[in-house]
Amino acid sequence: MSATVPCPACDAAVPIPADAVVAELLRCRECNTELEIATLDPPTLAEAPTEEEDWGQ
Amino acid sequence: MRVGLLHSLIRPEEKLLIAAFERRGATVVPIDDRDVVFVLGQKPVDVDVVVERSINHSRALHGLRLFESAGIRCVNTAAVATVCGDKLLTSVALQDHGVPQPEVRVAFTEESALRAIEEMGYPVVLKPAVGSWGRLLSKVNDRDAAEAILEHKVVLGSYHHSIFYIQKYVDKRAGRDIRTFVVGDECIAAIYRTSPHWITNTARGGKATVCPVTPEIAAISLAGAKAVGGGVVALDLFETEAGLLVNEINYTMEFKNSIAPTGVDIPGRIADYVLGGGR
Repeated sequence: MSATVPCPACDAAVPIPADAVVAELLRCRECNTELEIATLDPPTLAEAPTEEEDWGQ
Repeated sequence: MRVGLLHSLIRPEEKLLIAAFERRGATVVPIDDRDVVFVLGQKPVDVDVVVERSINHSRALHGLRLFESAGIRCVNTAAVATVCGDKLLTSVALQDHGVPQPEVRVAFTEESALRAIEEMGYPVVLKPAVGSWGRLLSKVNDRDAAEAILEHKVVLGSYHHSIFYIQKYVDKRAGRDIRTFVVGDECIAAIYRTSPHWITNTARGGKATVCPVTPEIAAISLAGAKAVGGGVVALDLFETEAGLLVNEINYTMEFKNSIAPTGVDIPGRIADYVLGGGR
């Protein structure tokens, strides 16, 4: 079973993928907040940056 | 080979690319654009090539130029990012190379933009020259809307919203457009993007289904890619009675929704191109 980390927005348990990498984008299934893996050892999450004007393709 | 991956957030596309490079024996060195510091002329990291995957256009563009200045091969090049990141420059490049596109006019003031729109006829689409994912696109159906949107852009927008890029609206056949993927000198895949909304971006809910890569689709895609400098690019095409038109060209292509419908290993094809020396 993969590790879980509390969502920084709603405290729900967010599963961390086995092949996770730092800066990976995740989404909390409870509150739908976009999250970013801040560290892997130990795994911690932060809210992902909000969309900026020059984002995307 | 040591492959630097210039990134912001790691999205599914970046994870797929990392896996593709590692399957081919390359070492992937993540370069977070929020952490990296450049000293002019020096390599900030020990890599043989940089693959640009930043979400921010401004960081991608300037990062690429700095890496190139330090002697590192980049995919895509800063020159390609410069042209593709600006719809106005893309349209100029397409015009210079004789690649068909919708009618475009450019104006620098509210008054001249309104005059241009009236001369083109409604509807038109006002687009920010820099911007993506369908943000701040305005379909302008009449003079009242044109006056309101132009005033809002001037009053509320930053200075580059006063570079008015005006495109003749193209009524999409069957509510769809075509997204093609070009890697080097090959059009490797294409999808239809279908939506009941006039904006068909998959980021805005457009549905992706496979589109056969016909000789006509391949030809205009390769011509468009060549016009902006080549490399790894994705093109948006409109189907019209007069033939295909190039709408936009993207230099940091998103492809996660296109692998399954097309059956093409897009990240694998990109990795092969990069490891084979492409740029």
